[in-house]
Amino acid sequence: MQVSVSVSEENAEQEPPAQQVSAFLERRREQVAQRWADAALFRTVFTVSRDEAVEAGRSVAAALAAVAAAGRLDDIRAPGFEAVRDQLGRMAASRGRMGIDTDGLADEVAALREPVTDLLRAEFPDPNAPEAQECVLALTVLMGTLRLVVLETTVSAGEEVIARQREQLHEVATPVIKLWESTVAVPLIGTLDSARSQTVMESLLDAIVAERARYAILDITGVPTVDSLVAQHLMKTVAAARLMGAECIVSGIRPAIAQTIVQLGIDLGTVLTRASLADALAYALSRQGVEIAPLRTDSAGVR
Amino acid sequence: MRASRHAAPASLPIGSDADLAWVRQQVRQAAAELGFGLVQQTKLVTAASELARNTLVHGGGGHVEITPLDSGPAPGLRLAFVDAGPGIRDLDRAMTDGYTSGGGLGLGLSGAKRLVQEFEVDTRPGEGTTVTVTAWATVVPPARPGP
Amino acid sequence: MTGPSGSGPAGFGPPVAGPLGGHGFTVPVLRLGDILLVTLQGELHDGMAEQLQQDITDRIAHTRVTGVVIDISGVDVVDSFLGRVLAEIAAGAELLAARTVLAGMRPAVAITLVELGLTLPGLRTALDVERAMELLTAGERQGEGSP
Repeated sequence: MQVSVSVSEENAEQEPPAQQVSAFLERRREQVAQRWADAALFRTVFTVSRDEAVEAGRSVAAALAAVAAAGRLDDIRAPGFEAVRDQLGRMAASRGRMGIDTDGLADEVAALREPVTDLLRAEFPDPNAPEAQECVLALTVLMGTLRLVVLETTVSAGEEVIARQREQLHEVATPVIKLWESTVAVPLIGTLDSARSQTVMESLLDAIVAERARYAILDITGVPTVDSLVAQHLMKTVAAARLMGAECIVSGIRPAIAQTIVQLGIDLGTVLTRASLADALAYALSRQGVEIAPLRTDSAGVR
Repeated sequence: MRASRHAAPASLPIGSDADLAWVRQQVRQAAAELGFGLVQQTKLVTAASELARNTLVHGGGGHVEITPLDSGPAPGLRLAFVDAGPGIRDLDRAMTDGYTSGGGLGLGLSGAKRLVQEFEVDTRPGEGTTVTVTAWATVVPPARPGP
Repeated sequence: MTGPSGSGPAGFGPPVAGPLGGHGFTVPVLRLGDILLVTLQGELHDGMAEQLQQDITDRIAHTRVTGVVIDISGVDVVDSFLGRVLAEIAAGAELLAARTVLAGMRPAVAITLVELGLTLPGLRTALDVERAMELLTAGERQGEGSP
């Protein structure tokens, strides 16, 4: 695209700085976009092609021109930003996925200011003239507002990321293992909140069907604390497994947790418990008529 | 994206056993179309069954309004069970597990509440009862306020 | 048994699953030696469930079977009403010296029942019909030898 507009100083003198900045951004949109395409923010987000980065830069420059034209340099709610809010959000999210935190992102947006103010200064015969200074100040304010807009998008984008990661964690953190014929186990690690216990319950019940399990072991060795809520979750899981015809055993109740359970007066009801996963497995095996015995009588004892 | 063409509310009568079955099927279908998982569908359909039976048995019949909600961050389904029956005299008691005035297990209201995310009862003696429940098709449940 | 409700707008009634059409089935009850196999499927209207309870109790009394297997693998919703009917069938069977096993409950149904507050204590359960048969025929051998 050819840019063939010359500066008309005499007109500019009469306009307020915001309008001048707007006109400048319209006029020099291409150059601004080209400079931004080389800045860290655009360069790292649009890795496939530089054209993409330039195009993104053009739309941001156009949005800023619109905001300036409306005289709302410091208004993050200015309608001019709407056109690029989504795009900025995606860029911010993209940086976030690459491990850039909010501070880093703020710095990257701040770094967009210098190339564009340089271009603006070059528009004036005397960059130190009061009029030029005023325009640069107006542009600086505008770029500061852009930074706030970007950061604002990360707040909501960040929440989405957290929700997604939490969801993934729920699935990843609950593997159901087949220990033996008709015996499955879930080693629970970490805090057992409502959402997680729901996932545990679902995966365990699905595994009971898939493996035709008669015994299901919930191992809570890795659960830091058992309060009444966790106990309730455990009992629900045990009850649901029972409804499907499987017997549930809760194992890995450490002495400290046993103490807490007693002190809190938590009633685990009819829930079958065993000290360790090995004990629980031994129980499940013996119930199925499988006996574990040492191969040689003189070897070390096996429980 | 799922189209919002299903977003029309539907009203179904509740006047017989057969209507209960029909309500269950329609709620199941609406929830499935909104992308509810199997467990979520089952919970909501079961809650609907409990509440529709209340409408039939205690409210002397009525209707249910099924409203898909797809404007929020996650799609949801709102069900309003409306009857013009005698109303619930002691709501607190009616919400208690095991309390029954109709020969059931007394899990209708209290049980249904545990199966949905939002639950509201509007009852006026002699005028009728409206129970409104909402469930959201979300994998990560929002932080639920305590009871 | 149940007529269509007259309160609904015309044309919005159940097209297939009408009161006696479509799913209007009789519940198959098979006798296999000493065991009665009851297979529940699809939508079960309240009236039908109560009828079934009566039928099964009669059959046990007349045939002197020693066990009853209720296969609910084809049931996608069990609410407190059906849950109560199932528990009562089992309790009635016990009185007639027949042991009852509930077989094939789906995971989503199990989760929902527990959330509903209906854990059906005292009811024997099995993963599927095969396991239920095993439990009834070899039950004496297993189950007693706990450590």
